Amino acid sequence: MPFTSDRPPEPASLRTLLAAREGLRLEAPAVRLDTRELLSTTIFGGRRRDFSRKSALIAVKAQIDCARALIELDGIAARLVISPPDFSKEKLESALAQAEVDVVIADDPEPTHLRPVIIPGAPIPSPVDTAPSLKTQWVMPTSGTTGAPKLVAHSLATLLGPATAAPLGPAPVWATFYDIRRYGGLQIFLRACACGAPLVLSDPDEAQGDFLARAQAAGVTHISGTPSHWRRLLMSPEARLIDPAYIRLSGEIADRAILSALRGAFPRAKIVHAYASTEAGVGFEVHDEREGFPAALLDGSGPVEMRLQDGSLRIRSPRTARRYVGRPELALCDAEGFVDTGDIVEKIGDRCFFRGRRAGIINVGGLKAHPEEIEEVINAHPQVRMCRVSGRRNPITGGLVIAEVVLDDAGAGREKEALQGEIMQLCRDRLARHKTPATIRFVPQLDMLASGKMARRHA
Amino acid sequence: MSARLTIVSQIETIAAEQQKKLAPLRDDLALADCGLDSLCFAILVARLEDALALDPFAASEEVFFPTTLGEFIALYERQAA
Repeated sequence: MPFTSDRPPEPASLRTLLAAREGLRLEAPAVRLDTRELLSTTIFGGRRRDFSRKSALIAVKAQIDCARALIELDGIAARLVISPPDFSKEKLESALAQAEVDVVIADDPEPTHLRPVIIPGAPIPSPVDTAPSLKTQWVMPTSGTTGAPKLVAHSLATLLGPATAAPLGPAPVWATFYDIRRYGGLQIFLRACACGAPLVLSDPDEAQGDFLARAQAAGVTHISGTPSHWRRLLMSPEARLIDPAYIRLSGEIADRAILSALRGAFPRAKIVHAYASTEAGVGFEVHDEREGFPAALLDGSGPVEMRLQDGSLRIRSPRTARRYVGRPELALCDAEGFVDTGDIVEKIGDRCFFRGRRAGIINVGGLKAHPEEIEEVINAHPQVRMCRVSGRRNPITGGLVIAEVVLDDAGAGREKEALQGEIMQLCRDRLARHKTPATIRFVPQLDMLASGKMARRHA
Repeated sequence: MSARLTIVSQIETIAAEQQKKLAPLRDDLALADCGLDSLCFAILVARLEDALALDPFAASEEVFFPTTLGEFIALYERQAA
């Protein structure tokens, strides 16, 4: 079994990690904080101890405030729930209940929270906290978009993993297109904390060009984002603003087109794509600039155990999450401790390739769409008999929603362009933009399986 | 219809559907400034694949991402030729 002897001792808290390494510097628009300032000031006035052994939900707008709250409260709060910036009110309410939240950290006192709210203020000097740390539970929602959020329980140790040693050579300067409240972004934040590196954070109101100019001015060397982030960058002249030594892709399938386009645009960069999920943790990194990953990773010799079962990738490692919070009926892993990632993988020779999501969730540039939800809207059109929504690979957004529609007799006699327009309008009226089908094709029938369910092709 | 006309007409259709204000479509127009966002471009590439049976982004090993409208059209024209 890997990970038994060579794991470094777990840090007592994020603050002890920062104090040991120093070097972390957080840069946001008009804000630059070094380790000393982060450790010797507080944004909670005299109220940091109010979080002692409490369950706190962080729902601030700016990434830097979230980062500061995590640094201040890890080791003090019993539980820190990290709310992503686009969390809906319904999801927030559900998370408050599921995670038994005692106190909310927010920018203004939102009455619907029905919880005490603490608003971060201007930093003031604060003595170094010498109280004994407790093992704070870190909680993040999965990236699914329908229904009650699934809250995943991690610890600083599972999030950090074993690779906490400072790298040899000059320290990297990190920037990320991700928000640090997503698993991929949080990984970069913690990596910067662990190896004592500067990190340039974006701001939701900031133009991409301004962010890149700030990153370049900070001497950025390492940049991470999803393939969609990188495609967006490559289609903009702003790509010339940066010249990173290291490019990291994760969160979506890194296909050959994006890997070769990045190679062409950034000839001196090392290009790495990584696999990770909120539940399974960090799986692996691929350094050979080819799509997919070496099948040798499935042989159990790596630090993370991976196997294919029923077509999907299963992962067991010290970095997998422990459980779902507030949902005892949901199992996060099987009896052996393997997490089913739901990602369909095909092994061809000595290489494995991602084929899509088992559940058929369509990933449109990082935003998720469930086929069933869209089908329901289309089926509401009076002349639609049935339809099938699926994903289609797309070089810009990774995936795109398309629909095949079976019309009833009245519809079959009508002009097709007018019908397409009506169905698209219906979708636009009721669904988020990325869920409206890019194309609608009329077909005579749709296949059904023996189970009575519609045959689905998950792109 | 030529690749150019198909592309321009699809851009106009998608802009209307998505309620985006288009800049005048000249060849030197930067794609980043034309008024379409990445979802619009994704839809455009999908519809052009259907209309022209061309997907220059998937067809070759050496994909270069165009930055102006003229380069975008040329990418399709080259593959059609």
